[in-house]
Amino acid sequence: MTELLILFLVFAVSFIVGYFLISRIPPLLHTPLMSMTNAISAVTILGAVLIFSVELGFYEKLLGVTAIVMATFNVVGGFVITDRMLKLFKKRVHPE
Amino acid sequence: MNTWLSLLIDLLIICLFLGGISLFYRPKEARTGNLMAAGAISAAFLAVLLRNPFQEPLIIIIAVALGAGAGWLVARAVNMIQIPAMVAFQHGAGGIAAFLISYVELTRAASVPTQVVGEVSGFLGLILGAATFSGSMVASGKLANYLNQKPINLRGHSLWLLGLALVIVLVALITVLSGNPARTYLLIALIGLSIVLGVVFSIRIGGADMPILISFLNATAGLAAAFCGIIIQNRLLVACGATVAASGSILTHIMCKAINRGLTKVFVGIQPQGKPKPQDLFFEPPAEGEVQAQPAKTKPSSEDGFSRAVRAAGEAAKVIIIPGYGMALAQAQFKVVELAQKLESMGKDVRFAIHPVAGRMPGHMNVLLAEAEVDYEKLVEMDDINPEFKEVDLALVVGACDVVNPAAIDSEGTPISGMPVLMAHEAKTVVVCNLDEKPGYSGVENPLYKMDKTVTLFGDAGATVEKLLAGLQAGEI
Repeated sequence: MTELLILFLVFAVSFIVGYFLISRIPPLLHTPLMSMTNAISAVTILGAVLIFSVELGFYEKLLGVTAIVMATFNVVGGFVITDRMLKLFKKRVHPE
Repeated sequence: MNTWLSLLIDLLIICLFLGGISLFYRPKEARTGNLMAAGAISAAFLAVLLRNPFQEPLIIIIAVALGAGAGWLVARAVNMIQIPAMVAFQHGAGGIAAFLISYVELTRAASVPTQVVGEVSGFLGLILGAATFSGSMVASGKLANYLNQKPINLRGHSLWLLGLALVIVLVALITVLSGNPARTYLLIALIGLSIVLGVVFSIRIGGADMPILISFLNATAGLAAAFCGIIIQNRLLVACGATVAASGSILTHIMCKAINRGLTKVFVGIQPQGKPKPQDLFFEPPAEGEVQAQPAKTKPSSEDGFSRAVRAAGEAAKVIIIPGYGMALAQAQFKVVELAQKLESMGKDVRFAIHPVAGRMPGHMNVLLAEAEVDYEKLVEMDDINPEFKEVDLALVVGACDVVNPAAIDSEGTPISGMPVLMAHEAKTVVVCNLDEKPGYSGVENPLYKMDKTVTLFGDAGATVEKLLAGLQAGEI
């Protein structure tokens, strides 16, 4: 039970800290922000590989593989696309 | 591994990724922030691999390589206008992972006694994950134009949603009480029901409300991940999921405020009201050359709209450009930026006014204009630029309607009443380069078009702006 309480505490603290950190981010960067948090939400990759930490049946393996593929797709795609977007935000020297 | 050591490692990883997020305050540092967050997730992944024994390492490696390769290829290939569809699709992929993990853990829980709270989290992860998956796929299909953009309203839509939610709760309760093999089938039924729920929920939202839907799905994807983390008792998953849920909630809140409608009102969708039918911006753009200037009949000046617009642009000292999603659809942003640069080279002060809901996801317009090489310091938020419109000589509206509709300020009972808008009507001259005279997504007529100081140039925005540019270059002042 203590373990669960700690997890709920982690949830509450992360939500609150995240809330304060993120509400200060300028709207200018809201699209890259969502794209990055989208990649972060694919930390389910951890859960997906953990499926493989015990002996598995065929169907479980299949589900595990699907979960890993989807989560890595999300994680890698999310970070790469965010990086591409952020590269576009530049200060430019203007023609006079 | 020692418990304290692993706790320390988890804390370091969380600090790394929160640090990454906090670098998003400034565009210059945001790239480093993104890399830090990516580093944090990689470190978390490595930590999990090192801490646990694994079956079938080869399968894991192949699956990771497949997912990573596909993710990388797709991320390289999409262009900036496809970003909302891509992000929605990725929310969906995350949703699949979340409900599959919850499913496997819950089927295992049948044989291993687990705590009720953990199990409830598993159910929430499963339901939210599956609904996020289907809801995001619908959103992505709409955003990518594979599905009809118009909101679909079933008869008794809200009742359907409520009924589905109740059935899901009921089935979940029965599942908790039953053992295998019934449990497995019930869980599969639960996934199916949640997928239907996601679809029914999403088809009702369309057009200009998409930024809210996508933000909301961002939050549910995060929540699903956090619940997954609780059932597998992984602190990092919980922390990351909760942060994402916070981020999605903030964005949802900001978007709702920007259209002055509560979340429930948005999710109920816009109801057709009276004469003006809800229209969205998705009309086929007319063929090139079909552009025509249409000075409204009531206007005193019989002067041709284009020469009036060109003269106004030539004489203006302060210009504000107001881009909308119509500009993006017409792929006119590059032409618009060319025009802005031309005006700047003539010594004028040119800036862009960005409404929070311009585009199809929060901040989308900024990305589109950044891609077209606009200095990000020229992209000004609504609250900062609104007081300045009174001193502005020319407000150039390109593909925007509802966000510059003065009816939002003085009308009552319309879908946009009370919605904060850009004060284009306060500028000395307004030039509107929209596809047609039809109202925006809200279906509310825009009185701005009928004002004496307004020049309306209807037609494909790209061609219109090009013609304006040509007029300026020819020195037709």
